Amino acid sequence: MQKLSLRDRIKEVRVTAGDSFRGGKLMSSIFRPGSPFKKGYVDSPRNRSYVVMNNVLYHLHPVKVKRHGVRLSYTLCLGGLSFFLFIVLTITGIWLMFYFRPTELAYVDIQALQTDIAFGSLVRNMHRWGAHLMVLVVFLHMSRVFYHGAYKAPREFNWVIGVILLLLTLLLSFTGYLLPWDQLAIWAVTVGGNMAGYTPVIGAQAKFGLFAGLEATTATLLRFYVLHVLFLPFIIVIFMAVHFWRVRKDGGISGPL
Amino acid sequence: MVDIPEHLLQRSAEARAKALGISIEQALAEMKGESDPTVVSKDPEVKIIDETPAPAAETPSPAAETPAPAAEVTPVKEEHAAETTEKVAEVAIEKKPAAKAPDPKTDAPDEVDFAPEVKVTQRLLTVVKAKPIQKAASEPVDKVNTWPHLMLPEFVSLMAMTAFLILLSAILQAPLLEEANPNVTPNPAKAPWYFLGLQELLSYWDPQIAGVMIPLVLGLVVWMAFPYIDRNPETHPSKRKFAIMFYTFFLAGAGVLTIIGVLFRGPGWNWTYPWIDGIWFDDLLDWIHFE
Ligand code: HEM
Repeated sequence: MQKLSLRDRIKEVRVTAGDSFRGGKLMSSIFRPGSPFKKGYVDSPRNRSYVVMNNVLYHLHPVKVKRHGVRLSYTLCLGGLSFFLFIVLTITGIWLMFYFRPTELAYVDIQALQTDIAFGSLVRNMHRWGAHLMVLVVFLHMSRVFYHGAYKAPREFNWVIGVILLLLTLLLSFTGYLLPWDQLAIWAVTVGGNMAGYTPVIGAQAKFGLFAGLEATTATLLRFYVLHVLFLPFIIVIFMAVHFWRVRKDGGISGPL
Repeated sequence: MVDIPEHLLQRSAEARAKALGISIEQALAEMKGESDPTVVSKDPEVKIIDETPAPAAETPSPAAETPAPAAEVTPVKEEHAAETTEKVAEVAIEKKPAAKAPDPKTDAPDEVDFAPEVKVTQRLLTVVKAKPIQKAASEPVDKVNTWPHLMLPEFVSLMAMTAFLILLSAILQAPLLEEANPNVTPNPAKAPWYFLGLQELLSYWDPQIAGVMIPLVLGLVVWMAFPYIDRNPETHPSKRKFAIMFYTFFLAGAGVLTIIGVLFRGPGWNWTYPWIDGIWFDDLLDWIHFE
């Protein structure tokens, strides 16, 4: 046998070990055929289809898409980024829930989060700025759709769903605004709730229902918390599912212009 | 085998019975294969007449000897075999006497088992052009594989967004003022920025009179119904100038009102200049101070 240098031998061990790991039982149980993470992946049209078809993403993307639709300048990826920001907010939000009690202690909890907990401040900032960003990005996505006339037949109904998504996004942001329980939170929500109070005829009832009382109290805090972490995310996920499904069923991205 | 509907079977049995001079029941039985087919005995008259249409439609050989019908038949160069056959049949009927006359020496087939008299037992109902029954509904579209042409750009923009968000969160501290106190009203009290345009708008009218929620809900419903209101099917901006203008005005208006609400409104909702009086918008104030 030819004598190998140490370096070559290490390289050989590394390559064969890597290959037998990538081709091994464990990896092949995890990755379905055609995955780029599997041993012996070759870049062929068939494998490219497999990447999508044998993948959870099959539920989001078709195997092929219109050529003009993948140009970043068409959708600006705004819908996708709205969805991505929602995921970021879900992850950071769950993390925040570990340290937060929706009671008189809410304010103290947020203070402790910022000062005592590793990355607490960063995660709180990400959640807050991410929420603002999501409102902005959803709004821009709506504008993009409008300027492309992408709401026209057969996509009328997806626009309707979109407006509901915008509304839910705003409600999510608004209910979250109260949770830090500081002066900014309580008075912003008071201003918003008072607007609801000016509804003709049912104003008083609307305001009472929103505040769980006559003004913003810890009862309001609990109400907004449940809406924010449970009810509204649940509803918005359902509408997003329908929204994405309709994008595909209506023939993919609209256009080209 | 495909089942032939009873009424069709009956009709052709009647025709066959008439043609062969047998009973209808017999013909039906023959067609169903329940009895042997009737063999018609040779008949010179029959032979001649029978041949005239046949050669024109199929083999050209004996037809050449019968000048009149052949001349009539040959120019018919239709695409559709069915039509040709019909024409030939017509010709055959018309030229019956002529065909009969000049033909003593044709070497006719020995046996004729069907339709001895020239009676047209079938009619041309319609000509069906040869087309596929199903047509592909969709035009071919220029498509590319989702992986990698869509998924890679998506991944990149997702990473860029993540980087931007982390960077933003590292330098801009989310506000946390004093603990909530219902007895101390800040002045001004501002809604979140996405409602500030609305708050600004409402400051112009007495909200009691403006009736906040009704116009808001109505506006939202109209906005939802927008695709059903805008019936112009064009998508190119040059062909929907009104819609574009409409939305741009809306955007500009909302933008201006929001900026006024965020930057130019101070205590008592009075007009202030951010560069003189400072900003009354707590969301933006707390930059992280590096020490
Ligand atoms: C939570 C908010 C939303 C999410 C996550 C979302 C997500 C998406 C995604 C991923 C697409 C695929 C194309 C693209 O990226 O542009 C899309 C398309 C679309 N969205 Fe949204 N969307 C949201 C809100 C809205 C809103 C507010 C509207 C309008 C009022 C809207 C109307 C539409 C329409 C009409 C399409 C089809 C566009 C086309 O075919 O070109 N969506 N959405």
